[in-house]
Amino acid sequence: MADILLRVENLIKRFGGLVATDSFSMDVEQGEIHAIIGPNGAGKTTLVHQLSGLLKSDAGSIHFDGKEISHLSAPKRCEAGMVRSYQITSIFKDFSVIDNVAMSIQAREGHSFRFWANADNDRSLSDKAMKVLNETNLQDKAGVLADNLAHGEQRQLEVAMALATSPKMLLLDEPMAGMGPEESSRVTEFLNSMKGNYTMLLIEHDMDAVFALADRITVLVYGKAIACGKPEEIRNNQEVRNAYLGEG
Amino acid sequence: MNMQKLRTPRGVYNSLLILLCVFMPVIAPLIGQEFFTDVIARVMIVTIAAISLNLIMGYGGMISFGHAVFVGIGGYSVGILASHGIESAYIQWPVGIITSGLFALIIGAISLRTRGVYFIMITLAFAQMMYFLSVSIEKYGSDDGLTIDARSDFGLSFFDLNDAMTMYYTAFILMIACLYLNFRLVNSRFGRVLRAGKSNNERMNTIGYPTFRYKLVGFVIAGMMCGLSGLLTANFEDFVSPDMLFWTFSGELIFMVVLGGMGTIMGPLGGAMIFLFLSEILSNITEAWHLIFGPFLILVVLFARGGVEGFLKKYEGPNG
Repeated sequence: MADILLRVENLIKRFGGLVATDSFSMDVEQGEIHAIIGPNGAGKTTLVHQLSGLLKSDAGSIHFDGKEISHLSAPKRCEAGMVRSYQITSIFKDFSVIDNVAMSIQAREGHSFRFWANADNDRSLSDKAMKVLNETNLQDKAGVLADNLAHGEQRQLEVAMALATSPKMLLLDEPMAGMGPEESSRVTEFLNSMKGNYTMLLIEHDMDAVFALADRITVLVYGKAIACGKPEEIRNNQEVRNAYLGEG
Repeated sequence: MNMQKLRTPRGVYNSLLILLCVFMPVIAPLIGQEFFTDVIARVMIVTIAAISLNLIMGYGGMISFGHAVFVGIGGYSVGILASHGIESAYIQWPVGIITSGLFALIIGAISLRTRGVYFIMITLAFAQMMYFLSVSIEKYGSDDGLTIDARSDFGLSFFDLNDAMTMYYTAFILMIACLYLNFRLVNSRFGRVLRAGKSNNERMNTIGYPTFRYKLVGFVIAGMMCGLSGLLTANFEDFVSPDMLFWTFSGELIFMVVLGGMGTIMGPLGGAMIFLFLSEILSNITEAWHLIFGPFLILVVLFARGGVEGFLKKYEGPNG
């Protein structure tokens, strides 16, 4: 069996009387694309926030890369190698595309208490940022203001910023959100091209994308993992069909 | 800055501002308006405070509504030390700047845990607290203020702040130094973190920046720079008073930054220049000058969002 990179055990999050995450457990193996699917209101977003450190869990443990991380802040988890992208595009809109990526690279190069040298002329930032842009097919847009990108390109930039922090695992929160079929298949292709190089935990609505990309799928319903397995197992699982795929 | 950039409307305007500062002591007697020199000296000194506010507000998104407190601390450092007979600049100036920095560290460490309107209110509250402290200490003049008998003493025969021209050009050189320091800061890696934190703080956290400590350091740098402005104010006016810390002055500083153009290098100088000259000229014409000044400020905010810099930038074409 491959190494386990992320292991989540009995994670719980309550909002008043509502149990949004209900004893959720799963694991992600090194190098795989693991998808979490679930109907609206299943608690996907809450779970992403708990994993990335923006929400504190009420109980349970998160082991990442052999260490317990559930007490760590969001920046610390990023430092540990788990980096998320956002469902609603979260970029630096008034920065150019290359500078958005450069911010991620700068984050990896130790502290930023450097007050004097001009960062625009810093080759160690711009060269590495350009490499990531090449990898993510955004090289032609390097100088464009991020705000002026098309929606699909902003999603790509979103992933590029996460990639540029050289993560051990990418936590992708609905990368296809709000996309037409054409854009969505382009991003699927793009994620597929990174398969094997990165471990990815993919939270996604788009079934075509999930079944095309994922090595394993966990199905989340009302905060609980009701099934976990290979795409064809999930496709044929009666409980999942009832709860989610809407049978027919 | 290359020559190409100087020929744009913004380049011409900013060059004019600098030239005015350099040559006003010569121009003012020629046009029979000697007091203009004093106005420009005040402009340059207040510009330093505005640059410091612009660093955290324009670039870092931290709207400090209590920035006058640092001007006051810088000023009172000179006033209080002088009243005890300590006139050496080598004591007064480090004390003023370091005390301002320490206060910024304390105020920042508390207020930067909040956002938006709460940040505004907490910075305002701290400044008002210090204002009431300055009003209540009788030993240092309470609300009458404190007259300073002698300006900071550098112990150099060729450099004496009591000489009007020395005072003027000291203010000028320090203002230029602060403009340049600010320019280096905002374009450095540190400055990028500040600006990106203004743009999207949560994303900064999730790509691995603990933004709080960067903002705090920015706040302390701004506090120290603002303290310098206070040191100069005390020396120039030979007087410090609680008015220096009052919230209306914090508000005026915010307005100068907005008027000149938030988040631009030269904005604070233009903002301070227009603000002080207009209030000077209007108050000479009519006693009810606030009636003209107020609507003017409203119009600027409504129709020139980016301040004067933003207004001029529109005429520069896409590559400006």
